[in-house]
Amino acid sequence: MFSLSKLSYETQKKVIIIAFLIVPMGLLGVFAFLPVINMIWYSFTNWNGYSAMEFVGLDNYKTIFTNPEYFRVFSVSLYYFFATFIQLAIALYFATILSFDVKFKNFFKGVIFFPYLLNGVAIGFMFLFFFRPDGTLDTLLSAIGLERFITQWLGNPAVINYSLAGVSVWRYMGFNFIIFLGAISSIPGEIYEAAQIDGANRWQQFIHIIFPSIKIIISLNLILAVSGALSAFEIPYIMTGGANGSATFVIQTVDTAFKYGKIGLGSAMAVVLLFIVVIVTGIQRKFFGEGD
Amino acid sequence: MYKFKRHLGTFIKYASLLLGTFVAVIPIVAIFFASFKTGAEYTTTGPLVPPSDWTNFENYQRAFVEGNMLTGFKNTVIILVISVIGTTLIGSMVAFVLHRFEFKGSKLILGAFLLATLIPAVTTQVATFQIIHSLGLFNTIWAAVILYLGTDIIAVYVFLQFMDSISISLDESAMLDGASYFTIYRKIVLPLLKPAIVTVFIIKGVNVYNDFYTPFLYMPKTDLQVISTSLFKFQGPFGAQWEVITAGVMIAIVPTLITFIFLQKYIYNGLTSGSVK
Repeated sequence: MFSLSKLSYETQKKVIIIAFLIVPMGLLGVFAFLPVINMIWYSFTNWNGYSAMEFVGLDNYKTIFTNPEYFRVFSVSLYYFFATFIQLAIALYFATILSFDVKFKNFFKGVIFFPYLLNGVAIGFMFLFFFRPDGTLDTLLSAIGLERFITQWLGNPAVINYSLAGVSVWRYMGFNFIIFLGAISSIPGEIYEAAQIDGANRWQQFIHIIFPSIKIIISLNLILAVSGALSAFEIPYIMTGGANGSATFVIQTVDTAFKYGKIGLGSAMAVVLLFIVVIVTGIQRKFFGEGD
Repeated sequence: MYKFKRHLGTFIKYASLLLGTFVAVIPIVAIFFASFKTGAEYTTTGPLVPPSDWTNFENYQRAFVEGNMLTGFKNTVIILVISVIGTTLIGSMVAFVLHRFEFKGSKLILGAFLLATLIPAVTTQVATFQIIHSLGLFNTIWAAVILYLGTDIIAVYVFLQFMDSISISLDESAMLDGASYFTIYRKIVLPLLKPAIVTVFIIKGVNVYNDFYTPFLYMPKTDLQVISTSLFKFQGPFGAQWEVITAGVMIAIVPTLITFIFLQKYIYNGLTSGSVK
């Protein structure tokens, strides 16, 4: 019977390198890199998914940047982009207070984090219910005497993107929170003790100890959140399907390619998005280095 | 004055924590209440009024049976188990070879895995779809499995990081006993990777359970519904029957809640170590 241990270590090494890498590399090539190459190629054609492809040069890109129907959706990303800052600020606030002595610490930590673990479709329905006329939000507003603010949260085009970006904050804040909490807890306790002896209050401790120590993690989360905002898809797609002016760039791309069968144009849109995300991530790697 | 400020600080601290808890919990509580109400009760009572009968499981039964959620759970579990085990094997094999051996192209391969994390999967679906289709995997369970194995390679990082803490002298002493490299991987490295494997199970498990667009795009067939897609279909048939929809939402949430309660510590650690790429 064939046995690996009878071979010399030199031969074994070759065998194991090939045996262990061939499947993972194959999968990586076919499902991570090939789609990118194909997508770039499709983006220069007018392919509709079944008939013959025709090379159309930069036409698709021209359409994206000149037809307002296509580039307007980028403005929807701005809602998610600004919501990101609120999300990070809240996460940082809770991470900071929960890293000091607090009663029921684990309970608060769990509750604040838990929404992040939930299924996206479940969250979508939960907030469709929350925003319904006479739903949870309207009931709460009436209870505290703010009924004059009640509106069609998902029907009013002026409000819908705030509502959806709010859901996004609710969903993802827990993730940033837990990362910040981890980073803050890795600051050695003696530093606070020394600061307390010197009479530093909590705010001063935050500004002079916590913030500088986790600055890198904050920037990292900020950039992750920015590319997340650009590729926002699930929440608006599940909740509104992109109606009432809530279509994000990814929804527009998916619809163009799969609903209207314009694979060429859809690919060009995806290339644009990929390009922006790679640039943003590249900036992150350049400024914040590898490894942390 | 100082004492007053301290009390005020404590008050603000707890008030904000309670507010945060309220905001996190209230959308879930409203769903929970509605899921126990009868149709008539739902239309006549407000969303924050508790149901009159906490043992009314009719909505749950309807959601589970009419909403085909059993199929959803079955498919989710199959995909989850295969993907999680597959990811662990692939990730640990790649990490073992790249960490223990220097060879021509090893840096390049590491770079390729790094580069792949930069590509947000949702942007490339247009082209991935054609590949899945031409491989004949469209509308099979393997479409999801193979995409989870091939494109989400966070496991490679988690394992590579963890390999640093497994001393090479263990490999060397095994080699003195004549163990093959495969034996070293199987009998020494893999068992020692256990904490990292827990991390990968958690990150991957959460991703697969919650993923919506992969099954939505690649497995539209009713028999292949997973939890996300079977729940998504509630929009049509149950239209305005919110008491049934909310029960479906609760059914999808409960497994997550139970997992969270029992594995809290591992989940926190897993996310913190998995996110530092």
